Amino acid sequence: MNYRNLFADSDFTHAFSNLLKFTGVFIIGTLISGLIMALLLEKGIKGEGFFRSIYLYPMAISFIAMGTSWRWLMDSSRDNQGTGLNHIFHMAHLDFLQNDWYTSERGAMFAMALPAIWQMSGYVMALFLAGFRGIPDDLREAARVDGASEYKIYRHILFPQLKPTFLTVLIILGHISMKVFDLIYGIASKSYVTKVLAIYMWQVIFDVQDFAKGSAIAMIILLCIAVVVIPYLVYVNKTEEMK
Amino acid sequence: MSSQLVDRVMSKDIKLNKKRNLNGKEQFFLVFRYIALSILFVIAALPIYIMVINSVKGITGVTQSAAFVPPSHLNFSAWGPIWQQMKVPMGRTAFFVIQSSLISAIIGSINGYVFAKWKFKGSTFIFTTFLFGMFIPYQAIMIPLTQFNNWAHLGNTIYVLVFAHVIYGIPICTLIFRNYYAGIPNELIEAARVDGATMVRIFRTIILPLSIPGFVVVLIWQFTSAWNDFLFAIFLTGGSPNLAVATTALNFITGSGNQVYYGNNMTASLIVSIPTLLVYMFLGRYFLRGLLSGSLKG
Repeated sequence: MNYRNLFADSDFTHAFSNLLKFTGVFIIGTLISGLIMALLLEKGIKGEGFFRSIYLYPMAISFIAMGTSWRWLMDSSRDNQGTGLNHIFHMAHLDFLQNDWYTSERGAMFAMALPAIWQMSGYVMALFLAGFRGIPDDLREAARVDGASEYKIYRHILFPQLKPTFLTVLIILGHISMKVFDLIYGIASKSYVTKVLAIYMWQVIFDVQDFAKGSAIAMIILLCIAVVVIPYLVYVNKTEEMK
Repeated sequence: MSSQLVDRVMSKDIKLNKKRNLNGKEQFFLVFRYIALSILFVIAALPIYIMVINSVKGITGVTQSAAFVPPSHLNFSAWGPIWQQMKVPMGRTAFFVIQSSLISAIIGSINGYVFAKWKFKGSTFIFTTFLFGMFIPYQAIMIPLTQFNNWAHLGNTIYVLVFAHVIYGIPICTLIFRNYYAGIPNELIEAARVDGATMVRIFRTIILPLSIPGFVVVLIWQFTSAWNDFLFAIFLTGGSPNLAVATTALNFITGSGNQVYYGNNMTASLIVSIPTLLVYMFLGRYFLRGLLSGSLKG
């Protein structure tokens, strides 16, 4: 009964669709930028350790702290009033890039995904680096001797070997995304346009004091994670037993 | 072994030393890679950069238009008052974080030992349920947890947070230790068993002395996640000022009403981040190991 009421509640469906939008942008963005970082570093380059540690440091900082910087960067005032990214775009004469960031209905979840992508890309990079470097160099050498181009080596030899890494990355990003709270709360607090399930649950419990409804929302978050993670764990177990 | 994963991540550092002449195309790609890496560097560093420079411009010296410009002289006037405000909550965080990390590390090492070396019927299944614990969102256990706290009369003490982080940390600690112990040869254990050593004795005399790197990984992991946690803290303490910890006190300063005082906000955010940043800077390798073991693949 509780659950049926939830889906009839427009605040809930709004938060749910926001969360799905956020999850899509966040997963695709993080996957791409993490993969780019890994591809740039993967063959080894002077100063690699330095770049790696800079790309990874966001994982060590709380989002309540980083939210301060991001709120500044994504300030929605424009032109001479602008701060942060709008200010940079204005200075660089790229005014068409100035936007309302997380305050507009349309772009809010896209903007909100930026800090999340920023935070998790380094992690994805590390996972892919571990994946790339687990592939024996001989495979690459053999393909090269056979005259395969670099693009073909990646496309037909390296990426197929990285399937387990892709899967792991998707699971990790997906479950982080479904429960996202600190990041959004730290930047936009309880603003309506950026509301996701965890924020809505928070309001229901603290502002409305409706614990039953709060629990129902929590169970939906848990359920969304469980339907993906349980098959994954079973799969991990099976592959481990085969070894 | 996650340590092998870390070695893998870092493996190309060494190989690079062999010098080789590059042809034109390779040189072009090298330059291209450095440019791309530098652009990513600027993006990654930007948020911490503005945090640092704006925290040393003084309370009133922060202007919006000069946000990206470093200060002409260092002014630490924002640091004193903020530190006065933050030192008690940060001390409280340190107090509970140390306890919760130690307890969950000890429990994790015992669990990991059993799962790695004393497999029993059904242990794989139980281990899988442990792993699932890593994926359970905070939100799903918050309401039951407050009910438990009321029942156990833990409410209104800092021990609610110790308890929450110990429980929440057990799965990942168990996983890290299990993978770590899987690398210890079984022969070692067998030999001790033949000599009549018990399970507990083997743990004390053989396993524990070999566990120090595992403990470093787990302690760093638990320290960082508990220090940075906001949701448990605000939820379980109900925002009570007597129980304010680093992140909740920070949110009180930077929260929605105070967004104009950017000098203060940046300073407070930086001060709260310093402990975890120091750990990251000096023990980054162990931090990375914790991160990679979260990916499950041993």
